[in-house]
Amino acid sequence: MAFMQMTSPHAHRPGNTGHVMKLVILATLPGLITLSYFFGPGTLINVFTAGIMAMACEALVLKLRQRPVMFYINDYSALVTGVLLGLALPPYTPWWVIAVGCVSAIVLAKQLYGGMGYNPFNPAMVGYVILLISFPVEMTQWAMPRTLLAEGQALTGPIDGLAKMWFATPLDAYTGATPLDVFKQNNSQLVQHLYDTQAVFSTGRWAGAGWEWANIGFLMGGCFLLYKKVFTWHAPVSMLISLSLMAAMFNDGGSSNSGGSPLFHLLSGATMLGAFFIVTDPVSSATSNKGRMIYGAAIGILIYLIRTWGNYPDAVAFAVLLLNFAAPFIDYYTLPRTYGHNKARRGTEKEAE
Amino acid sequence: MSTQVEFNTIAKNGLWNNNPALVQLLGLCPLLAVTGSVVNALGLGLATMLVMVGSNISVSLIRNAVSDAVRLPAFVMIIASFTTCTELMMKAFTFELYQILGIFIPLIVTNCSILGRADAFASKNGVAASAWDGLMMGTGFAFVLVAVGMIREILGTGQLFADMHLLFGPIAQNWTLELFQDYPGFLVAVLPPGAFFATGFLIAIKNLIDAQVKKREDAKKEAVVKGSKRVRTTGVIT
Repeated sequence: MAFMQMTSPHAHRPGNTGHVMKLVILATLPGLITLSYFFGPGTLINVFTAGIMAMACEALVLKLRQRPVMFYINDYSALVTGVLLGLALPPYTPWWVIAVGCVSAIVLAKQLYGGMGYNPFNPAMVGYVILLISFPVEMTQWAMPRTLLAEGQALTGPIDGLAKMWFATPLDAYTGATPLDVFKQNNSQLVQHLYDTQAVFSTGRWAGAGWEWANIGFLMGGCFLLYKKVFTWHAPVSMLISLSLMAAMFNDGGSSNSGGSPLFHLLSGATMLGAFFIVTDPVSSATSNKGRMIYGAAIGILIYLIRTWGNYPDAVAFAVLLLNFAAPFIDYYTLPRTYGHNKARRGTEKEAE
Repeated sequence: MSTQVEFNTIAKNGLWNNNPALVQLLGLCPLLAVTGSVVNALGLGLATMLVMVGSNISVSLIRNAVSDAVRLPAFVMIIASFTTCTELMMKAFTFELYQILGIFIPLIVTNCSILGRADAFASKNGVAASAWDGLMMGTGFAFVLVAVGMIREILGTGQLFADMHLLFGPIAQNWTLELFQDYPGFLVAVLPPGAFFATGFLIAIKNLIDAQVKKREDAKKEAVVKGSKRVRTTGVIT
């Protein structure tokens, strides 16, 4: 009887990048569906447009760089970048804004640094930040959730939405302040008062109509990815914990100076999307488990700081980019113990003299 | 020592082969900071060029009288004096531009490319060659500044040559070109990151051109005959 002789590593399933990326896209579905349910089909159209544009940019640059085009297109990494960018953009973003975002994300942030696996920054977040600081008007028009629509007003349909995106046909009053906007522009009202008077809160359950469910959707997708072992729990969990701790510390029971409750911060803006789909990016984040915990925790703290005392209502993209800068530094000080050694080596250690 | 050929080499070095901004990557601070529009870029480019020519001439004149030990402080003093002159002149003739450029005019003193030329070229060469070198290096630097300024102004605001009257007086009042109707404005190009992007792409284009030129020159050379060759290792090689 002959056994097959195999050497390590004894991997059961040869997971490849394309497989992982497909799982990630699958996991964005609950969040994408809730966003589309509450805010109309805008996000869905965004995701499609950005996905196609990102793939087109990737193919074009790979061709210019004389790299195998289909090999890299088939790993779906460009599609994931496009999908994440599309999810982050406000519904019905004009097509040229999405195009600039995709070019910035794929060409500037990814391919110029060497392509897949070499980008120091998260491409989708670079694209988003460039758009946010370049086109503040277009980037701050979030649609109203369906619970806030006036009597007889319907959600924007796909046809009207496409006309707005491609031909700049104006839409009737479809935008509204997001919960984070309302909090930012709170001029000395108690939090309870805000929750009672502002429709975006009073028609919601915990943290603003629509947004809480979208965040729960992304949380579900994230848990699915955790279950599938696409990433470890360290970075997202430590980010959510540090954000909650910051919020709990500065909540002060809901005075006019309050930054909002931990639940509010966990379930609004891009918290869950960031925690499970952006912070866990294997290329631009820290690599060891200890490093990932520090990385995630620092992002959580920064998100709270910028949301509460910064100029922008949400802060996930800025926080992630700042920590992308710091990731090599974190790695340097959190080298894991190597097999066969008793103690972890320190990055600062000198050669034995 | 200064023949015509040498002057050509100096010009080629300053403008292209050894361009301060694209190859030496010196003086990046003003390059990145003030190139938001053509008028700012041209203003600072001209000021830098003026200082460079003046300091190169003076350094060349005193090059045999200054000992090695104190040469750098002496050069910096000379550069600082010319910078002050330029600053006063801009204050007198182009006051609004002076106010826009602000701290970056006094900071010309710290522009490494100027001290670099003084130490590397002017302190070893004659007056005429040094003046020519300063002019060419300054022109090369100003060219890049203006190019970056043009890219950033077009991308950022959709206009070109806006506010040129700050530098050229009332006749330039109407030089502004509106390139696009209803341009939304691409703010990141006017902000500091835009300067990094524009400069990076310019450097890439320069390298691309150099590579193409080299390829063409290589193609002109006679092709090496393929196949094995015997090399005689003994005996007298004539």
